[in-house]
Amino acid sequence: MPAEYRLILKHLDEPGYEPTLACYLRHGGYSVLRRVLALEPRVSPEGKTLSPQEQLRQEVSLSGLRGRGGAGFSTGMKWSLVDRKSGKPIYLICNADESEPGTFKDRQIIHKDPHQLLEGMVVSAYANDVHLAYIYIRGEFPQGAKILNQAISEAKAAGYLGKNILGSGYDLEIYVHRGAGAYICGEETGLIESLEGKRPYPRIKPPYFPAVLGLYQCPTIVNNVETLCAVKHVIEMGGAEYAKLGTPNNTGTRIVSLSGCVWRPGYYEIEVGKATLRDLIFDPAFGGGLRDGRKLKAIIPGGVSAKVFKAGEKVKLKARNADGREVEQEVDVLDLPYDFTSLIAAGSMSGSSAIIVLDDSVDIVEALANISEFFAHESCGQCTPCREGSLWMAKALHRMTHGEGRAMDADYLARIADNIPGGRTICAFGEACSWPVQSFVAKFKEEFVAKGKADEERRSASRQPADVPSAP
Amino acid sequence: MSFVVPAALEAEINELITHYPQPRSAAGMVLHALQDHFGFISPEAMEWTAAKLGVQPINILELVTFYPMYRQEPIGRYHLKVCRTLSCALAGSHELYRHLCERLGLDAHRHGPQTTEDGRFTVEFVECLASCGTAPVVMVNDDLHENVSAAKADEIVGGCP
Repeated sequence: MPAEYRLILKHLDEPGYEPTLACYLRHGGYSVLRRVLALEPRVSPEGKTLSPQEQLRQEVSLSGLRGRGGAGFSTGMKWSLVDRKSGKPIYLICNADESEPGTFKDRQIIHKDPHQLLEGMVVSAYANDVHLAYIYIRGEFPQGAKILNQAISEAKAAGYLGKNILGSGYDLEIYVHRGAGAYICGEETGLIESLEGKRPYPRIKPPYFPAVLGLYQCPTIVNNVETLCAVKHVIEMGGAEYAKLGTPNNTGTRIVSLSGCVWRPGYYEIEVGKATLRDLIFDPAFGGGLRDGRKLKAIIPGGVSAKVFKAGEKVKLKARNADGREVEQEVDVLDLPYDFTSLIAAGSMSGSSAIIVLDDSVDIVEALANISEFFAHESCGQCTPCREGSLWMAKALHRMTHGEGRAMDADYLARIADNIPGGRTICAFGEACSWPVQSFVAKFKEEFVAKGKADEERRSASRQPADVPSAP
Repeated sequence: MSFVVPAALEAEINELITHYPQPRSAAGMVLHALQDHFGFISPEAMEWTAAKLGVQPINILELVTFYPMYRQEPIGRYHLKVCRTLSCALAGSHELYRHLCERLGLDAHRHGPQTTEDGRFTVEFVECLASCGTAPVVMVNDDLHENVSAAKADEIVGGCP
């Protein structure tokens, strides 16, 4: 039986659990930090002396932890790329800009268990010799910002943050920086520009890899809220032990945000890959199935930028059979384990782990129009293909949902979408705005064509002048 | 009309600036603080911010015109932000938006934020508020309201003093 595995969410929904320091301490809070600050240099089996910081980074690498923000990049790898020889300060930024439509997991942590995030941040900052860190929180979380500020002052007063943390001689300041409603600030280089007080225009890579040239052109680590919380658990359990959770290359736990046409929308923490899409949507422990006896039509598996799955779609996956040979297996999308690799292999992604379920009452053209309007609104406007393309697609879809469709619109949309991504834009927003269009139009083409055709026929019928005699 | 920033607010802003190695970084937070106090960001507020942070006024104007949450016009006492994006739309946020507009005598087909004549309410369609599991959601100033039906929306509006 698939079930939740609550590691990060362990306490936050317990009755009486509060976002206060006292409550966090009662639940064993900051004990990992205490242990971390007491670490001594250790000699590795190879005879190399490892500093406490190196030991911590090694545990994170060993854990196989992958970023929970969207790209799924290895956290250990991200940390290992940091330029530690430049002599410049290293910054840590917590990306709390949670704005991929469908995602609402970081909101829970920020509002209900802010100290867990702070502990994860202090541990991560210590591991990377960081003395100044920021939490970039989206502007639409004003309460979240207040709660975090309150938690920071509590932690500082109690010596878990600020100067000489717990008497260790280690200093760290964390400040909360509020965004102001722009989705592109979730892109790490856009976020950095925003934090520098500029428009959040993403920077081009190379050369602007944050690990080398980030905030103020200094080495910078940008990690998601859930990732930083996971670091706390990695250090608590040990990297090897953490890696036993989940499946190989998809280790640990993940908080899945489930929304749309299901009985029980909500956030569910699972061992990565230990529940399938079918479990998450239909199992009573999770989504509990579709409402009102409806049938499944489509699944957006990783936030609105992920490519859509059509109900009944079959995908080919590589698997190993009993004697270790690689074989190709055909599986229904519903039977895909919810992890990073399977969803990518199936042509989509788990992204920010946000699943939106669409049932057969949903007009697929309307759904895509809604998504495209979002992207047209949020394109930063820096690169022409994205700035113009996202708007053209939204305009065409607006026409289609207002009785002005054409049969050729499906091909028209696909052609625009095909010309935005693939290195034509500075950041991945180009991909994000075209993937839904490409996948919706490819997988539900008949609905787009039928809608356009119906509009054309209706228009041509109403254009018939009344006084023209009908043909003999 | 001269633009005066009260001493307490200026002290708060001065403290914000200390959070950053470079003053310009504080721009976003300073604009939030000014907007919270004055209700909107005037040209004078932008010039004041620019002088405070040692940048040109254009460096501030370009932020105000980019980020959706900054506004150059005053709004109503209660700012109702209805989520427009997919999960909320599936749960009826568009119908909810129309309902709110009709109830408050506003035009649901007009683009952008609209304010009632008495200046009490501003209704605005916004992008995803990150509470998709409790759709549809509406923010009233800083407070989030979840699973908002038409009846609940009436209650919220009726409950605003």
